[in-house]
Amino acid sequence: MAATTFREAFRAGLREALAADERVFLMGEDVGRYGGCFAVSQGLLEEFGERRVRDTPLSESAFVGAGIGAALGGARPVVEIMTVNFSLLALDQILNNAATLRHMSGGQLAVPLVVRIPTGPGRQLAAQHSHTLEGLYAHIPGLRVLTPATLADARGMLAPALADPDPVLIFEQIALYGASGELPDDAGPVDITGAAVRRPGTDVTLVAYGGSLAPALAAAEQLAADGVSAEVVDLRVLRPLDEQAVLASVTRTHRLVVVDNAWRSGSPSAEIAARVAEHALYELDAPVERVCGVEVPLPYPHHLEEAALPGVADVVAAARRAVG
Amino acid sequence: MTAGPDGKDALELHVAMTRIRRFEERCVELYSAGDIRGFMHLCIGEEAVAVGVTAALTPDDAVVSTYREHGHALARGIPMAALLAEMFGRATGCSGGRGGSMHLFDAARRFYGGNAIVAGGIPLAVGLALADSYAARPQVTACLFGDGAFAEGELHESLNLAALWGLPMVFCCENNRYAMGTALARSHAQTDLALRAASYGVRSWSVDGMDARAVRDAARLAVDTARAGGGPCFLELRTYRFRAHSMYDADRYRERAEIEGWRDHDPLGVLVAQLDPDDVAAAEADVADEIDRAVEAARAAPYEPVADLTRHVLAER
Repeated sequence: MAATTFREAFRAGLREALAADERVFLMGEDVGRYGGCFAVSQGLLEEFGERRVRDTPLSESAFVGAGIGAALGGARPVVEIMTVNFSLLALDQILNNAATLRHMSGGQLAVPLVVRIPTGPGRQLAAQHSHTLEGLYAHIPGLRVLTPATLADARGMLAPALADPDPVLIFEQIALYGASGELPDDAGPVDITGAAVRRPGTDVTLVAYGGSLAPALAAAEQLAADGVSAEVVDLRVLRPLDEQAVLASVTRTHRLVVVDNAWRSGSPSAEIAARVAEHALYELDAPVERVCGVEVPLPYPHHLEEAALPGVADVVAAARRAVG
Repeated sequence: MTAGPDGKDALELHVAMTRIRRFEERCVELYSAGDIRGFMHLCIGEEAVAVGVTAALTPDDAVVSTYREHGHALARGIPMAALLAEMFGRATGCSGGRGGSMHLFDAARRFYGGNAIVAGGIPLAVGLALADSYAARPQVTACLFGDGAFAEGELHESLNLAALWGLPMVFCCENNRYAMGTALARSHAQTDLALRAASYGVRSWSVDGMDARAVRDAARLAVDTARAGGGPCFLELRTYRFRAHSMYDADRYRERAEIEGWRDHDPLGVLVAQLDPDDVAAAEADVADEIDRAVEAARAAPYEPVADLTRHVLAER
């Protein structure tokens, strides 16, 4: 075991991918000479050279589209978009091309592209740099949407994403880049198809993903101190959604709290609640609780940003309501 | 007149354009009869662009096109029967029936659509050229788009990126003077498109897009330049569509006299005067026969079963 940060774990995954496969290259804004806006790719230009680590102009649509075209042409590009709000400038390419080409061509074409997108709140970056838009992409058939929230996933999701024949979006939590923990020395590829139970429990299920996993786990810890056993399910993959993992947990605990940094309306939390209502309504002993982002563009001041997001106390209170 | 290489050459180009013209004329009938649905955009009048550009390419080169791509697809060698079956929505279509007129694909011929977002295919072409350049393969990507794309940021981003990285591609702007119903001068402060492309450091030429030989010769120069490592090139192919933008377009934004004036430059008329009438008649008969067989095959072709609806979203495991 070694102490590492999420930033280092993501970088280790990138370095391994670049070393393992000549077809892999990294491109995006400031990924090379600058070392990455969040320093994830620091040192990779020096190690792999200009051909493999490519600085692009501020042209999200063109370089994401070029990633799609390069994937069609046999390369395995990893494209970094600087932050999730900027990804909207490439939404045309992601939705109208990456997610659609296989279908429009009747299965002739594949787009084995990986797009890395730093996302999420927590750094006082205000209303154009810190939203949680993963759910927007999870709406789109033809994509695989990953939300690594542990060091093992940060380290290990890239390799299987590159091996996937379809476009994969990996959403990296900006607020976690500097967080550290222990990662086994032999950490490697992880599954990218299913959710994971991060903490087993019997009284209530807390479903979270990406930036909401940490408050969910902290809430579970507090609840345990009061004798409430909470099971924490980390979705990990928003599309295709591992519905069975959620239904299985709810069938064990009979109570559900969904924790989601995204705006409540139309969020992944809404999808989870709907799936449980469709398939496990009679397993529930209490109404579904949702703890979501407040429906406001994220404000700059720390206290307002905090107030706009699910906090540990909010999750604890929701779980208590659920267990009665 | 047909003796010698120039005559043979002219006949080949003329036959290729005749296939496109007659095919699309039949498509109009089939659309009116309800066999073809959705949006359908004809390139009648613009055939020299399709034929001239594709004549400059090798089978290993890549083509990225737009929603006005019947001509590009036929000229690239997609069989007429597969193309028409696609427009009939049949499983034997070149996109399995999933795409229709605007989304013709053929991976084996490196024909990457059939893109119905104006300028949306251009970044893909940059990427295809990047993949070839990255792998040190000698292929070139030809990217066809209309003048309307000049108003989209994706074209400008792509010109810059391709020039910056010296990618082996040819930007082929099929300038038919109208972005749907809006004339170029009504939406662009600078209407010299080659000048604008050149501002990115891309070698650029304006070409008579009604003359198949001129298009082909210019395309050869551009393709050869790109293949030789000279970086991307840009061709403005000045052409005109004789038909409306799509089957829904009442075409009220152009003077009849303007359309009639361009008919003097009909790309088929430009060459036909130089050919043996017997050769032309024989070609017309062959084309009519090919079209009849394609229609027959499309009508007889099966639809994809509804049970297959959710296929082709992700790779099948």
